[in-house]
Amino acid sequence: MIIMSTRRWALTGIGLAILLSLPLFLPNFWLVNIFGRALVYGIVALSLTFLAHYGGFVSLAQTMIAGVAGYAVAMMAPNAIPLGDVTLPYALAIPLAVLAATVAGAVVGLIAVNTREIYLLMITLALAVGFSLFAQSNITWFNGYEGIRNVVGPEIFGRPFRTPMVFYYTALIVAALLYLLVLYVVRTPFGLVLQAIRDSNRRTAAIGFHVGLHRIAAFALAGFIAGWGGVLITFYNIGITPSSIGLWATVGVLIMAVIGGLGHPLGAFIGALIFALMDTFASSIIGHDRFNTLIGMVFLIIVLLSPDGVWGMGGRLAAALGRKDRNKITGSNTGSEQPR
Amino acid sequence: MSLQFILTVTLNGLTLASLYFIVACGFSLIFGLMRTVNMAHGSLYMVGAYVGFAVYDPLYASSAWASQAWLIGVLAGIAAAALVGLIMQVAFLGWMQGQELRQALVTIGLSIIIADQLLATFGGNPFQFFAPDMLFGPVQVPGIGRYPVFRLFQVGLAIAVGVGLWLLLNKTKLGIVVRAGVDDRQMLAACGINVPLVAATVFALGAALAGLGGVIGATAQPMALGVDVRFLLMSLVVVIVGGMGSIGGTALGALLIGLAEQWGQVLFPTYSVILTFVIMASVLAVWPQGLLGRKPT
Repeated sequence: MIIMSTRRWALTGIGLAILLSLPLFLPNFWLVNIFGRALVYGIVALSLTFLAHYGGFVSLAQTMIAGVAGYAVAMMAPNAIPLGDVTLPYALAIPLAVLAATVAGAVVGLIAVNTREIYLLMITLALAVGFSLFAQSNITWFNGYEGIRNVVGPEIFGRPFRTPMVFYYTALIVAALLYLLVLYVVRTPFGLVLQAIRDSNRRTAAIGFHVGLHRIAAFALAGFIAGWGGVLITFYNIGITPSSIGLWATVGVLIMAVIGGLGHPLGAFIGALIFALMDTFASSIIGHDRFNTLIGMVFLIIVLLSPDGVWGMGGRLAAALGRKDRNKITGSNTGSEQPR
Repeated sequence: MSLQFILTVTLNGLTLASLYFIVACGFSLIFGLMRTVNMAHGSLYMVGAYVGFAVYDPLYASSAWASQAWLIGVLAGIAAAALVGLIMQVAFLGWMQGQELRQALVTIGLSIIIADQLLATFGGNPFQFFAPDMLFGPVQVPGIGRYPVFRLFQVGLAIAVGVGLWLLLNKTKLGIVVRAGVDDRQMLAACGINVPLVAATVFALGAALAGLGGVIGATAQPMALGVDVRFLLMSLVVVIVGGMGSIGGTALGALLIGLAEQWGQVLFPTYSVILTFVIMASVLAVWPQGLLGRKPT
């Protein structure tokens, strides 16, 4: 099966090589707090982009689902404070956490199965905030407002997860695999039906496909992706709190996906990188107190000027310069197409 | 559990529902006509409360105006929210009519900026309005005993808002135009109605209701940052449960959510927040359009 054209494979390879060699010449701060962070949050944004672009569902529940995985791994993690009732080695806890996120994704899909567009946005937003409030008020499992601390992550090749190299490479490998997974899935019959549903769910139903089941499966897959992001984010933050999956975090992931561009999976990571850069360096420009105004302005300007984000802007720029990608097989990654 | 207790909790739920109704009505009105999900509705609520308080506070401190301070504060809050809403509609949302998702994203961006700017301008200290003497203090309610009179006023105001909106939508020319716009905007424009003007009016009206809710809410209980999120969510949940664009549905949704919140706090205090969302999810599972919502045609 062709996931990408040869040229795109080559470009992806070059990009990956650059990312792999970053530790050679970047200080640890950049490695962990800019690129590592962009990768782990980009994974959550990727799950949103996948749903939005290929399914037409802009779901605000992805941060919540990442939070499900994050809380699941934190509850089972050894050395967590407070320690959960059942502790498992990370090799078991991580897959279970991702499984929990997959199930949570399917449940969100089930709840929202009959809703579309703007209703879906509202319902998923309400679910996300509801879950965060639940985590905040539950002491027994979620430890309430304080959350669960000291979730340090597994040792890999005898090195602690917090070592910058280990964290960065793990995040990079997971992100790259999930990125390729998305590109692969949308070429499978399942992915094609999903896009058909996005374009016209009635016709797709008339052909004989079960629209509801495909939608729920898409949400489950997005949950699987977001789950990996949630686990890595929890290791990155050495723990998880209700506010880290609250409304602001939810909107943050939406901002990343939209700034980067909902039209292509890569946009999620571009947006996450821009977000991380702004979050880190905005304080030296306008003071950290007004970060929200800055990010809100940037978000607003992007939505007003280029609804398909930086990725779409780049695509239009390339087209304007006459370098049209003739082997364009992703079809609609440029232009002013709105996610439906 | 005594009868008095049951009645008190129910009345508490009713007064909370009144506040939710006033705020959610504006949200529902805007959505009903323009299909715009105004994610900045909670921010408009905050604009009303903050600007209202900025006008009210110096007046209340002065001796000459102290008795009218609250009323002027209410009017200032309504006017400020309506103005911000008008600017939002004319500058940002009007020209992207029909692109619902983009509009929702724009209002999310605006709500982030508004909340941050309110924090920068007015600071983060909580504040509260003092109700005017007429509405201040307790009153004797049969079966319950002493009860804050302002809370009862809230219920009356909500009923007045509901009846007023119903009359506006069903008995006036503007109402006819608005209802026609809900059904078919193109045809309405073809009939020679200035649809953008109607849309701007409705948006300002919806925003004004949020501003009114802001001042009322900040009189009933202290106002602090973060309420924009709470009231946006409550508006969402109320109209999702009740059904979009229907006053009766909004009232029913507000009643359910208000009562559920108060009774939830009594019966299982830790998880009362969740009850709201359980109700929403169960309603959606059975009635995807909300309890009184119209089926999309």
